[in-house]
Amino acid sequence: MEYFIELFFSGLTRGSIYALIALGYTMVYGIIQLINFAHGEIYMIGAFTALIVTGVLTYYGWPHLAIILIAAVLAIFYSAAYGWTMERIAYKPLRDAPRLSALISAIGASLFLQNYVLLAQTSDFLPFPSLISDFAFLDPVSNLFGTTDFLIYTTTGVVMALLTFLIKFTRVGKAMRATAQDRHMAMLVGIDVNRIISITFIIGSATAAIGGVLIASHVGQINFFIGFIAGIKAFVAAVLGGIGSLPGAVLGSLVLGWTEAFFTGYVSSDYEDVCAFVILVIILIFRPSGLLGRSGVQKV
Amino acid sequence: MQPILEIRNLCMDFGGLRAIDTLDLHIGQGEIVALIGPNGAGKTTVFNCLTGIYKPSGGEMLARSPKTGEARRLNGLKPNQVTENGLARTFQNIRLFGSMTVLENIMIGRHCRTSAGISGAIVRNRATREEEKRIVQDSYDVLKKIGLARYVNEYAKNLPYGAQRRLEIARAMATDPFLLLLDEPAAGMNPQETDELNELIIGIREEAGITIFLIEHDMKLVMSLSDRIYVVDYGKKIAEGRPEEIKRNPAVIKAYLGEEVDA
Amino acid sequence: MTLGEIKKSLLAAAWFMFLTFPIMVIKVNTIQKTVEWHWERLLYVAVGGFVFSFLWRYFLRRKQGGRRPAAPVETDEPEAVPAFQRLIHDRRFAMPALVVLGLFVLVFPYLFSMYQVNIMTTALIYVVTGLGLNVVVGVAGLLHLGYAAFYAVGAYTYALLNLHFGVSFWLALPIGAALGSVFAVILGFPVLRLRGDYLAIVTLGFGEIIRLVLENWNDFSYGPSGIANIPRPKFFWFDFSLEQSAVFIYFLMLAMVLLTVFVTNRLKDSRIGRAWIALREDEVACQAMGIDIARTKLSAFVMGSAWAGMAGVVFAAKTTFINPASFTLWESIVILCIVVLGGMGSILGVILGALVLILLPEYLRAFSEYRMLIFGVVLVVMMVFRPGGILSEVRRTYLFKEGLSKDGSLS
Repeated sequence: MEYFIELFFSGLTRGSIYALIALGYTMVYGIIQLINFAHGEIYMIGAFTALIVTGVLTYYGWPHLAIILIAAVLAIFYSAAYGWTMERIAYKPLRDAPRLSALISAIGASLFLQNYVLLAQTSDFLPFPSLISDFAFLDPVSNLFGTTDFLIYTTTGVVMALLTFLIKFTRVGKAMRATAQDRHMAMLVGIDVNRIISITFIIGSATAAIGGVLIASHVGQINFFIGFIAGIKAFVAAVLGGIGSLPGAVLGSLVLGWTEAFFTGYVSSDYEDVCAFVILVIILIFRPSGLLGRSGVQKV
Repeated sequence: MQPILEIRNLCMDFGGLRAIDTLDLHIGQGEIVALIGPNGAGKTTVFNCLTGIYKPSGGEMLARSPKTGEARRLNGLKPNQVTENGLARTFQNIRLFGSMTVLENIMIGRHCRTSAGISGAIVRNRATREEEKRIVQDSYDVLKKIGLARYVNEYAKNLPYGAQRRLEIARAMATDPFLLLLDEPAAGMNPQETDELNELIIGIREEAGITIFLIEHDMKLVMSLSDRIYVVDYGKKIAEGRPEEIKRNPAVIKAYLGEEVDA
Repeated sequence: MTLGEIKKSLLAAAWFMFLTFPIMVIKVNTIQKTVEWHWERLLYVAVGGFVFSFLWRYFLRRKQGGRRPAAPVETDEPEAVPAFQRLIHDRRFAMPALVVLGLFVLVFPYLFSMYQVNIMTTALIYVVTGLGLNVVVGVAGLLHLGYAAFYAVGAYTYALLNLHFGVSFWLALPIGAALGSVFAVILGFPVLRLRGDYLAIVTLGFGEIIRLVLENWNDFSYGPSGIANIPRPKFFWFDFSLEQSAVFIYFLMLAMVLLTVFVTNRLKDSRIGRAWIALREDEVACQAMGIDIARTKLSAFVMGSAWAGMAGVVFAAKTTFINPASFTLWESIVILCIVVLGGMGSILGVILGALVLILLPEYLRAFSEYRMLIFGVVLVVMMVFRPGGILSEVRRTYLFKEGLSKDGSLS
């Protein structure tokens, strides 16, 4: 039973990280129906920015708390900037092109960003310093989950709540929903669609960066390739939950996180990644609209 | 004579919305029948149910080939099987294969009446070559009939609008249907093009003996062309009859209030 | 070149400098607590960003400007066909060029070193896989991101059958193609009804599943260490020296390229090929015209996979060693890149694309480090500026003469 609970929390940690990435995936897909293949790379860039800022500030001997805050803020800022730039270059000119063109362009962007980081920072796993000291009040449960796990759960919860609020109750959120429903109609009623899409990319990228910082401090090492597999899994999670739906992305992520945790815990750790892909194939074949998605009717 | 198309109690629900409500309809061999109604009345949905794009929530759809007299239930057939059974359609928003030539568009229509496979394509044996020749010849004949022969090697996307609408009809004709479903064939046409379309549709009926079922908003065209008219509103049939009867029907006038019925 | 343009490009360069600053300039080691600064890289970014931004906007303007005058009546096509393309369809030029090319290709292995021959053989293998994928992606419009898996199926077919049963190369070749097709059917049946972008992701997932299984199922595939000492092909009972063998595989690949070109060319110009193109253009209309789209998609998928399987067998025989690392997603993306760069649907384009993308990094060593980076750029730039590829597809049209049946000729 103890093992089960341990796996439960490790699954929750995984799922929460997937959720932070999946939210961006699902928002972008919801608004322009593009599988933003390079989304995982944005998350990776967030982690790298955090690492670099931490390294520099540690070198100059800044206090830990300041380092953490500055690193997180800069990571979020830079990821958002990369997301925005990428959208401008690789996706915006293809707004009216066939969907596959945009997808191929996204694959190109992903390939570019990966190799850009590879060339600039080598392919080695770089150690990520642990700056966050353990919270004393978590001591009684420390055998179940650690401080970073706790931070991951709470951050994911807060981000999720903020995004839901943003989309449900703000002007921008309303404009996003309108754009997602019918881009041309939204344009006709005076919504600056390009701006709304840019904002979506910025928010999605920032969310991914939060995930990047958290996972980097949780796992303790990063390299240029972490974005790819995380991106794919987050995509699986988004599809599992019903792509385009925010609660769906979180639910899908948690389900995927737990499935992986229990699978590796009880069955075999060799096929951990196969697990995600098998789920993807099965869900797309039997319920392409996902757990919480609505099945759309094709317009003719 | 038995009808070649019979729809009984057709229903179609989208979530909570009933787009078609217990619709009954029948079409006899050689008729030109129009389906009219205000925007959003469910006309195209009827076509989509008939051609297998939507699965109706209830009801029966039967097609009877005039050649064999055999009745076939359309429920549950895939769109391509419906076409194989002799019902061909056009689309309200033109859906041509833009970067294929006009002739190739028609040749696609011949696909379901021919059979060459991959091995035939590679070996290019005698039968395949003959069939390919026949496809080209038949397709060209269709083009001549519809009056598009001069565009034969143009890319479909480069055709003028009216010609694109005609090409849609020609492509559907190439599948050898006994019933042609035209979804707003005159939409966006100027008066001259509409007159030509009128002649074309009558010609298709007279010469090829193909029955026609059309959705149209152009009342002048509908009234002059149709033998019978069905009127639907909010998915329900509100009237049926000959053009003169429909013009005088109070329910129809009410449904169209604000739109001119006999313009 | 106006002042405003320069200002915009300067601004873009500044933005790129800012954007790349942390990752390009700073390298930290958090254990030894050291920080390295590479300020010189910022200069490269500045220059690169300026040039890139300038060219980008220039081409974007040209692309949009080119469209405007054609808007009222789009009459004839010729302006869209570049000079080079017209040249290759001009018989007076094409025939002698073909003869010269043919001669060159035939004497190539005797003029150059074995190293060069091996590189060329690799390029030819990519030509075949590119042409195979072209049927799926370029002609039928199904984005397939797991193509390397079928390539792996072919390679492992030969390696394992040979290891356990001593099956010869020549027998493995058709078996590899057949198994490639079988796997395509197994995958294709459930997934081919998915919408385009979902299909892409599922094929990607499938490709990764196959690779992960090969990596982890040690008893079956010998895991990450792979299988070594795979025999090279023999010609009847004749045993080759290493060098002769390289030449032999070169000619074998050449023959396979010709066969592939022949087959794909005939397929494109057939009833099935037309259905594939119609499928790419508009799935709904295609089905409404009586085409069974499930079968049509499956046939394209199976055809493409069969070539991948066959190329995989040759790959295993050529390198004599295979392991799962040769069949990653990036392998699939390189092949996709070939198709996209060359021109989706165009056979000549795909051949050119394969030669450029595979040979350039081999010969320009400086280039090879940046290979994948450049592939990424190629994908984005091609999609934005020339989605049709270097050589966009030119299809046969039917010149029709009254009374006669058909006189097909290239337009």
